[in-house]
Amino acid sequence: MANRKTPGINTGSMADISFLLLTFFLLTSSINTEQGIPRRLPPPSEKEVDVQVNQRNVFVVEVNFNDEIFAGGEIIPVNQLTYRAKEFLENPLNAPNLPEKDTKLIENMGEYPVSKGVLSLRNDQSTSYNMYVTVQNELQRAVNELRDKVSLQYFGKVYDKLDTALQKSIQKAVPMNISEAPPVNYGKAE
Amino acid sequence: MARFKKEGTKDLPEINTGSMSDIIFMFLFFFMVITNMRESNVKVIFKTPNASEIQKLEKKSLVATIYLGTPKSKNENTLPPGKVSIQLNDQTVKQENFAKDVRDFIASEKEARTNEEDKQKLTFSIKADKDVQMRYINQIKEELRTNNALKINYATGKKTQMTQ
Repeated sequence: MANRKTPGINTGSMADISFLLLTFFLLTSSINTEQGIPRRLPPPSEKEVDVQVNQRNVFVVEVNFNDEIFAGGEIIPVNQLTYRAKEFLENPLNAPNLPEKDTKLIENMGEYPVSKGVLSLRNDQSTSYNMYVTVQNELQRAVNELRDKVSLQYFGKVYDKLDTALQKSIQKAVPMNISEAPPVNYGKAE
Repeated sequence: MARFKKEGTKDLPEINTGSMSDIIFMFLFFFMVITNMRESNVKVIFKTPNASEIQKLEKKSLVATIYLGTPKSKNENTLPPGKVSIQLNDQTVKQENFAKDVRDFIASEKEARTNEEDKQKLTFSIKADKDVQMRYINQIKEELRTNNALKINYATGKKTQMTQ
């Protein structure tokens, strides 16, 4: 009796059990999909600070309750928005009706004429969230494309490939100024 | 020269499957580490809009999520006129408690991060259905702003760039 061998435990089903656990975890968990358009809200203040901005420095984008975009004085389709915003911010010919430029000394880049342009966004309470995000996205794209352009010109690489220090410089050269006006309410609640 | 062996007489040796489970367990742990469980069950139905200029959020532990969409069941609280629910933590909010609930939510999320630096980096991600009207988003933004939670994120899916 004493020298009888203990029978080996069958471990064949072990793999099955762990497969089961694996599939369970695969189904219940989510791989990091947190992505989106980051924004910073303006800090709270008692009264709205009314900063005097020159008319030529403001590019007004309005979205109404029908999700139509009114920008730069006319109704335009979405796919033109980026182009318009870029044209406004860049002002390559220094046109008198487009934003002024302020020559600033930026590290790594020397003196650079920084645009004073501000993109002002106003939406209706009944604008769809989809349209709002699309507009935000298009404006962001305008800025990103300008940043890429300046970056290629100065450093020979696209903005994403630069070091953090150089990215900071580009951010100063092409600032992202989006201001959101309080929404209007012409549409009806749904 | 060795002589050829006679074929067919011997059985194939069995493959040792003992280490199989170890490999699978390794997989399992790998997935457990890189993923994270859905911590709250979502009570609204939403489909986020798509955008091309998106950025990934740095740390998932520093993200608090606010959901907006159509309620999954009739028992959920909705905001008037009754088609949209806002979910904070595990509950949908009532209109009359809206301001207080958002304030409590922000406070508790800030409380949960002990590190001062983490509190600064705390991002509020708005996951909303693309058909939701801006009035609800604006309400939330206003509350976040008054409560000094300024870092926000509009959660979106990925889309390839629009052509001009």
